[in-house]
Amino acid sequence: MKNHKNQKNQKSPNDSITISGAEAVIRCLLAEEANLVYGYPGGAIMPIYDELYKYKDQLHHVLTRHEQGATHAAQGFARTSGKVGVALATSGPGATNLVTGIADAQIDSTPMICITGQVASHLLGSDAFQETDIIGISTPVTKWNYQITKASEIPEIMAKAFYIARSGRPGPVLIDITKDAQFEMFDFNYVKCTGIRSYWPNPPLNTNHLEEALQLINEAKKPFIVWGQGVILGQAEQEFKAFVEKSGIPAAWTILGLSALPTDHPLNRGMVGMHGNYAPNLLTNECDLLIAIGMRFDDRVTGDLNTYAKQAKVLHLELDPAEVNKNVKADVALITNCKISLKALTKRISKNTFPKWLKRFDALDVIENEKVIKGDLFPIKPGITMGESIAMINKYTKGDAVIVTDVGQHQMVACRYAKFNQSKSNVTSGGLGTMGFALPAAIGAKMGAPIREVVAVIGDGGYQMTIQELGTIFQQQVAVKIVILNNDFLGMVRQWQQLFFDKRYASTEMTNPDFVTIAKGYHIEAERVEKREDLDQAVGRMIASEKPFFLEICVEKENNVFPMIPTGASVSDIRLE
Amino acid sequence: MEKKTYTISVYSENNVGLLNRISAIFLKRHINLESFSTSESEIPNVFRFVIVINITPDKVHKIVQQIEKQIDVIKAYYHTDEETIFQENALYKVKSSFLFEERQIQNIIKASHATIVTVSPEFFVIEKTGFREETEQLRKDLSPFGLLQFVRSGRISVTKAKMGISEILNTFKNNN
Repeated sequence: MKNHKNQKNQKSPNDSITISGAEAVIRCLLAEEANLVYGYPGGAIMPIYDELYKYKDQLHHVLTRHEQGATHAAQGFARTSGKVGVALATSGPGATNLVTGIADAQIDSTPMICITGQVASHLLGSDAFQETDIIGISTPVTKWNYQITKASEIPEIMAKAFYIARSGRPGPVLIDITKDAQFEMFDFNYVKCTGIRSYWPNPPLNTNHLEEALQLINEAKKPFIVWGQGVILGQAEQEFKAFVEKSGIPAAWTILGLSALPTDHPLNRGMVGMHGNYAPNLLTNECDLLIAIGMRFDDRVTGDLNTYAKQAKVLHLELDPAEVNKNVKADVALITNCKISLKALTKRISKNTFPKWLKRFDALDVIENEKVIKGDLFPIKPGITMGESIAMINKYTKGDAVIVTDVGQHQMVACRYAKFNQSKSNVTSGGLGTMGFALPAAIGAKMGAPIREVVAVIGDGGYQMTIQELGTIFQQQVAVKIVILNNDFLGMVRQWQQLFFDKRYASTEMTNPDFVTIAKGYHIEAERVEKREDLDQAVGRMIASEKPFFLEICVEKENNVFPMIPTGASVSDIRLE
Repeated sequence: MEKKTYTISVYSENNVGLLNRISAIFLKRHINLESFSTSESEIPNVFRFVIVINITPDKVHKIVQQIEKQIDVIKAYYHTDEETIFQENALYKVKSSFLFEERQIQNIIKASHATIVTVSPEFFVIEKTGFREETEQLRKDLSPFGLLQFVRSGRISVTKAKMGISEILNTFKNNN
């Protein structure tokens, strides 16, 4: 407990009261304004569930159908609300079932707190029933974790957990609480954490580096911005837009940066990366200054690093020092929240435009439109495409919906074609690529942004990994719209098998159940569309519905997603067919 | 880039699980450690890890960044051998009869500047502090006589340059 003296807590005027550890957990959650939690009960966390029962008027618990669903729902909630998502689970299998969601939240920087029950402290290490070393298991995939064995530790640790999860580069924190600590009575007094001496989440802007950055921007003839989720996490959307508009620099997004700048903004030039747009990928290797904002040069973005933007100077705006010079060497790095660095840069740059440089983008857009987009959105073949399905959703949501996607072909197509007018509208599993993410994440996304339309776009494979969460949607009456783009294949793997494994379709064909009947079994309104002429009205009915709605769209079975940069290839080797 | 020996010094809080967190950083990158030791540092309640790895300069930098990113780590540094003063400690357990029967052993001990820690009727224990080559040489010299036990500590080291941990901690105190 030595460490807790080294954290700074706000002074509290409240006198302490004597309560159980379990009740303390609830009070800590309420003190942090976490009044919505997702979880699944079990033996070692029963004292906390007993308190949830008593506090049900103040704290809403959503019973998911699997602990993994609780984590993804907490993630979806965090992504649309900007708050910390909370998931509860019992010890042993309950705790291990959280791991996928925790790993997903870690790699996608999602603020989340997982609270797990643990066997009583005298049983630790005895291989007791449902005992597992969740601290050991979760260590590599958490921003921080801690095992509580005494009730008196709860307030300080919970305060620290919230502070760590949401500050700096956000991430998941796991708190494991032994059952005896949940029962133990103690004097409770909660004070929020405001600082930890070994943790510096907000490095200040280095003014010397700012001057160097300004020089790079002023000298650039063909500058290019790639932005990521750091813009959204840093709440820097306004500053980012102001910077883009004043500098006149064309900008492209990583999959997690999507929606930070409206899709129809003239300087928004599309997505970079493996299935990104033609122009921004190719011109990465033509620009003279690459300004990376709140992104980490993931391999799916860069392709082969040895041939990535070698001609360009690199200016990296990034909060996490460990991401600077990790994959791509930065000529200048501004290590601080991009909200701060962008504001400082915008103030100092002069208004500029790059008409000639933008024409390069336009010219390449024409090629992509001709070779890829036309066929995706206005197909001549009878089979429905994923692209036209997304376009139809756009028609009815007009870009105002939150789009939640799973992982695979549908994800790439949805991100390429979905329209977004406002930030925090794209919820997807980017870094970890977790199939099964979308359905539970959509539950959280809707609860995090209740007034917004939330459309989950999912493939038939990923859908069946967490299909049981239809039960949660039914029980809670979460008005999410679920669209399955069903090609009866694990489409992305099949595409790779076609392109790189001589069409040996090993275990990618799926014999699927009647999805409409399944949804109806959960009393969710459901429809299936097999013909193009029925698509428009079906999507219309789905968006018009005020209840949960399931729509299966049977799409062309063996369509591929292009453009594509094969693994390990250069962004210059982007393929259009 | 050529591999080099680096000493990583980590100043941290003394928390359960941090050792696991730090070793996970190496495990994830499939990096083997040459040595690892931990103790209290010059500052009360601050612990110090000394980790030795053989690695390229760009990789050591990235690893230290990852270590420093851990919440309970106050600061992490890396240094080359030239930038540190370092030692290892070794213990050698030998049958006592050799000490009297093999005069050579006494010469070996004398020449290596090792010290005898304890002597009992059955065995005696020699201690040697120094560089790896020195403790290794003594091991080689003693092995013909049958070493009953041999153990060597991880590297401990101090840096020639100042670390400035107290300043970091004071800044936190003053800002909060």
